[in-house]
Amino acid sequence: MSLVTKRNLADQDGAYAALIGAHKGLSDAESTAFNARLILILMNHIGDQAVIGEALALAKASGGRVAG
Amino acid sequence: MPYDYKPFPFVTPPGLTAPEPRHPVVIVGAGPIGLAAALELANHGVRSVVLDDNNVVSVGSRAICWSKRSLEILDRLGVGAACVEKGVVWKVGRTYHRDREVFNFDLLPEPGHRMPAFVNLQQYYVEEYLAAKALASDLIDLRFKNRVTGVSQAADGARVEIETPEGSYTLEAGYVLACDGAKSPIRAMLGLEFQGVLFEERFLIADIEMEADFPSERRFWFEPEFHQGQSALLHKQPDNIYRIDLQLGWDTDPAEENRPEKIIPRIEKVVGHGRFKLDWHSIYTFQCRRLDRFVHGRVIFVGDSAHVVSPFGARGGNGGLQDVDALGWRLAAVVKGAAPAAILQRYDLERCHGADENILNSSRSTRFMSPSDGAERWFRDATLALAGHAEFARPMVNSGRLSVPCVYPLSDAPDVAGMPLSARPGAVAPDAPLGNDWLLSGLGGEMVVLAIGKPAPEGLVVRAVEVAVMPEVKARYLGDADSALYLIRPDQIVAARWERAEDGVIDALVAAIWEGRA
Repeated sequence: MSLVTKRNLADQDGAYAALIGAHKGLSDAESTAFNARLILILMNHIGDQAVIGEALALAKASGGRVAG
Repeated sequence: MPYDYKPFPFVTPPGLTAPEPRHPVVIVGAGPIGLAAALELANHGVRSVVLDDNNVVSVGSRAICWSKRSLEILDRLGVGAACVEKGVVWKVGRTYHRDREVFNFDLLPEPGHRMPAFVNLQQYYVEEYLAAKALASDLIDLRFKNRVTGVSQAADGARVEIETPEGSYTLEAGYVLACDGAKSPIRAMLGLEFQGVLFEERFLIADIEMEADFPSERRFWFEPEFHQGQSALLHKQPDNIYRIDLQLGWDTDPAEENRPEKIIPRIEKVVGHGRFKLDWHSIYTFQCRRLDRFVHGRVIFVGDSAHVVSPFGARGGNGGLQDVDALGWRLAAVVKGAAPAAILQRYDLERCHGADENILNSSRSTRFMSPSDGAERWFRDATLALAGHAEFARPMVNSGRLSVPCVYPLSDAPDVAGMPLSARPGAVAPDAPLGNDWLLSGLGGEMVVLAIGKPAPEGLVVRAVEVAVMPEVKARYLGDADSALYLIRPDQIVAARWERAEDGVIDALVAAIWEGRA
């Protein structure tokens, strides 16, 4: 298995809206904690450390943080 | 009952009146590791002098959790039964978040092992038992109030400068074992430094004497009500002594926190009353560091002098005993001229590997207990929050991963695919019941071939032990195979295994091991 980077959700707009909706009314700190729980849940569901490693690398590479 | 410290007598060493003949091995430090090393060498017929700057056993309980593997090693040194008899046997650990249990572990879920998963026993008892054995041995010269002030070495040996209450003298040694603890003066004398991480965290450690019927389990709390959102550990020891560890954070003043007036109210909150006596207390910081190499010419570092880890994994004292296990047979062979000094590099390699594994586990536990601000804390707190709701998160809660022996990287060793992983080359040979006896007891301290379910080949250079296929032996050594040959090293590590070994293969590997090539 390798990380799926092609479209994989039938209703992408709906899934995106659910994610935003789940954060509604949360403070920044609460959102951060929520995201942390969510990531742990999804990471366990994926259950493949190589895939998780690819996901971490993609997230890192796409961050566009300005060096300095 | 608090421990009754009986000072060992100072005996005038012969070196004060006339130069002593060169000693094959001088061991510096009569803690558990130095004493175990002396006894292990004596088991292999090698003499040693053990020097200690003090004249009592460990002040304070210090190392209290002795693992199954340590008990097997201590058993070979003659004190295993005493440790189990006196100690508090336990195998279950429970971890709480606030007042809710989120995770528990059973360290020895299967029967058929002679030794329990762990016993809790104050370090002073272990030292007392080991010292009694050492004092009774003709091969061990144990000298108290002998402080090492200098070490120098040449290609063929080392010189040790010693100060005593009656004057100073010098010893010549083939090898010096530095078993002088985390603050090792010998390490400083050789100008060697630890490398690794010092964590910005402090813990209070306290022993209290108290009448209570707390279970014989390890209990660890994250953010308990009784300790203001920090971590706490409670552990039972013999003699109604309880160990309590309390996380203090980095901003606290260690001198202030180490005052009984400050400690007692903290402990009252933990146990819910004031009916206890403070027996011993200390403040410690977390560090995970080691020497780059453990063998430095004729000076060999063993135990805490070579590597230190944060507590909560029971990897300090137990790691040190595994050092002794890996070094004793090799050093004995070198001293007796039966092996080249190159074999000592195998000690270095294997125990650096072991130390790295201990440091890795210990660092991860430390980071979980004491996360840095930001993402590390968010994920730590997320794990604790999830643990009450989802099974997967419970084992992620890390309050310490308790010491199990590492598997040495014997990548070239003959192996049989499909045989149980628990007995793969590099692992400690698993114990198993054999009628009224135990498999490990029958191995002794020498290299042996274990022939399971078949006769051993004739004319081997090592002793052969033939074992019937009892259910536990089958499960732990054979799996689906009907029979096997195992080569077991003197430290009871599996060196190799075969279903069928061609003529000469076993003898060739035995020779390679003694030459330090395998």
